[in-house]
Amino acid sequence: MADQPTSGGGSQPSKPPPWNDPAVRSIVFQALALVVLGWFFWTILNNTLANMETRGISTGFAFLDRAAGFGILMSLIPYDESNSYGRTFVVGLLNTVLVAFLGIILATVLGFIIGVARLSNNWVIAKLATVYVEVVRNVPLLLQIFFWYIAVLQALPGIRQSITIGDSLYLNNRGFFFPKPVFGDGFGLVWIALIIAVVAAVGLRKWAKHRLDQTGQQFPVFYASTGLIVGLPLIAFLVMGAPLTFEYAELQRFRLAGGASVIPELMALLWALTMYTAAFIAEIVRAGILAVSHGQTEASRALGLKNSQTLQLVVIPQAMRVIIPPLTSQYLNLTKNSSLATAIGYPDLVSVFMGTTLNQTGQAVEIVAMTMAVYLSISLLISLVMNIYNRKMALVER
Amino acid sequence: MTTTWQPSPDLPPPASTVGAVGWARSNLFSTWLSSVFTVVLTLVTVYFLWQILDWGIFSADLAGKDQSACDGDGACWVFIKDRFNFFIYGFYPDAEQWRVNVMFILLAALIFPHFFENAPYKKALGWIFLTVYPVVSGVLLLGGVFGLEFVDTDKWGGLMLTLVLSYVGIVAALPIGILLALGRRSEMPVIRTICVAFIELWRGVPLISVLFMASVMLPLFLPEGTNFNKLLRALIGITMFQSAYMAEVVRGGLQAIPRGQYEAAAALGLGYWRSMWLVILPQALKLVIPGVVNTFIALFKDTTLVLIIGLFEVLGGVQAAVIDPAWQNVAAEGFVFAAFVYWIFCFAMSRYSQALERKLDTGH
Repeated sequence: MADQPTSGGGSQPSKPPPWNDPAVRSIVFQALALVVLGWFFWTILNNTLANMETRGISTGFAFLDRAAGFGILMSLIPYDESNSYGRTFVVGLLNTVLVAFLGIILATVLGFIIGVARLSNNWVIAKLATVYVEVVRNVPLLLQIFFWYIAVLQALPGIRQSITIGDSLYLNNRGFFFPKPVFGDGFGLVWIALIIAVVAAVGLRKWAKHRLDQTGQQFPVFYASTGLIVGLPLIAFLVMGAPLTFEYAELQRFRLAGGASVIPELMALLWALTMYTAAFIAEIVRAGILAVSHGQTEASRALGLKNSQTLQLVVIPQAMRVIIPPLTSQYLNLTKNSSLATAIGYPDLVSVFMGTTLNQTGQAVEIVAMTMAVYLSISLLISLVMNIYNRKMALVER
Repeated sequence: MTTTWQPSPDLPPPASTVGAVGWARSNLFSTWLSSVFTVVLTLVTVYFLWQILDWGIFSADLAGKDQSACDGDGACWVFIKDRFNFFIYGFYPDAEQWRVNVMFILLAALIFPHFFENAPYKKALGWIFLTVYPVVSGVLLLGGVFGLEFVDTDKWGGLMLTLVLSYVGIVAALPIGILLALGRRSEMPVIRTICVAFIELWRGVPLISVLFMASVMLPLFLPEGTNFNKLLRALIGITMFQSAYMAEVVRGGLQAIPRGQYEAAAALGLGYWRSMWLVILPQALKLVIPGVVNTFIALFKDTTLVLIIGLFEVLGGVQAAVIDPAWQNVAAEGFVFAAFVYWIFCFAMSRYSQALERKLDTGH
């Protein structure tokens, strides 16, 4: 550079002028960014306060205690119109969690099946799976939700003409009705037995792994734990004299009384979310399996492992490492996409809280902030859990 | 005299392992389970295909003008024919629709060469697509100058609105996303924190809540009296949301550039911006084109969400027409039509992005 000392006599390179010094520049830039950001938020805050005053909207979270005065189609906790706006928040949140939880499980199962099917040796299976993925992936989710809700479920016959199986399952345009299990006295013991069985199965697995490491002897963990988990509760159930009855839905004049039911909004949303996300998961699974080099399969064959062992011990553990990171973002997408419920009126968080409650109270800032905070926390929670799992599965390198 | 031993020629492979028979044996009937699947799935597929073809083509009603033309069991395509104009142009005045058509044609002309390997002027067309085209289209669609009648954005709708939303979303999000990605990799902690917070905030919330926010809260944020139209609010929401995703795509490209490139740029005496603009970004952006196209596909599908804040793009138009009592029982037809429109666009784009990925995959 031109301003470097030319003679060898100088022990220190000359300091650049402050406007060219990277350290000074960096501090100035950052201070500027902070000032601009602060000014930006300050303006927004001022404008918002001024605007809310002219519109006569009070600020703060006091509205959460006021009575809501509107009904909600479906609620996992007791709710009626006299409950507070705060409770509508909880109801909406639980409905969102419900659909996201079920959706994640169903989409994972369906996605893995289709992903494996795309790699099938059978040409028909592979082609059908490909067609499924290419069709479902390239059609907007909202359209699929509308399709299932308006074109399929609402086109079902009315209650009097329900599609019915054995007078216990009913399908009509009001939803799907099925017998409700009624747990009698002593059913608690069955739950306890189930918990004990699960704990025992985990212990058994640990012991078997330890023994395998020590002696090399294998133990049929899968069959033993299945037997435990199914058998123990079954024994408890029979010992207690089968304390389980079913309450059937009964066809009355204008409605189906009793029993349990799933509203069509939930069915349409869950079905569309599952199908849509499964198409993406299938691609992830396929890529993950293809990422395991063929040499691995050949090597495990050479070691004399059976087909099932090759899959279980060699291919799947390695494929999972590739699969998990993108799978996590699919789970996040599914959770965020569940907010499309608003469009068909399934009472999820966005629909109930950001929709009805916001319209009634006008507390836009608080409600939007609370809703966004919920989605942000769910996102962070899912990524946290999946990161822990990912770390456990990750390749341990020297 | 010795004779060299001549091996007799190889026997042809058994007839059952080559040709159609061999292919069927290994791909359709390799095991008894596979054979069962083949037979059952083929029958089921043929049955459903027949049902769909029968509904959509053989028994479908095509002629006529209104509901009375549809009495058969098949699809009522008369409905689509009747509302086709609405699905493409929304409420855009009939006399002015040529302007939308010009926009469509220009778009097609600019994009078409990109599907060919050796088409000339690709780069120039790309720049026109990003700079000149939006101005020309904006003037054409909005009007109010050069003797063109002013058409308010309230009247925009259908496929045209879908294209406007996704185009503006991607073109506006790209520069913001690049800046955010650079900021996220900056060495200044304050800048980095701001960028990370911005990106993670938008990526963590659903687009619906962003659109709600844009339509409910944006008016509150601005000084009293400023009034935004609905389309602009939706566009701001979509751009913010999309720029966060774009930033992550670009960051992937920046991370893929070897350290030596940064160091070489610095050794040449280039400052930060010049080394980014001349050395790093040209390489990084080329790498992320498939990712940008994939983001665009996601955005194209996500534009359907604006119907929740009352804008009628293709799906919104179909939804409105399906609910309209003027036509009964046409939900399936409407949604199949909309699905077809979206599918064509998204499938073509995903194929393009896959081809690009293969072309750019020069490593290993």
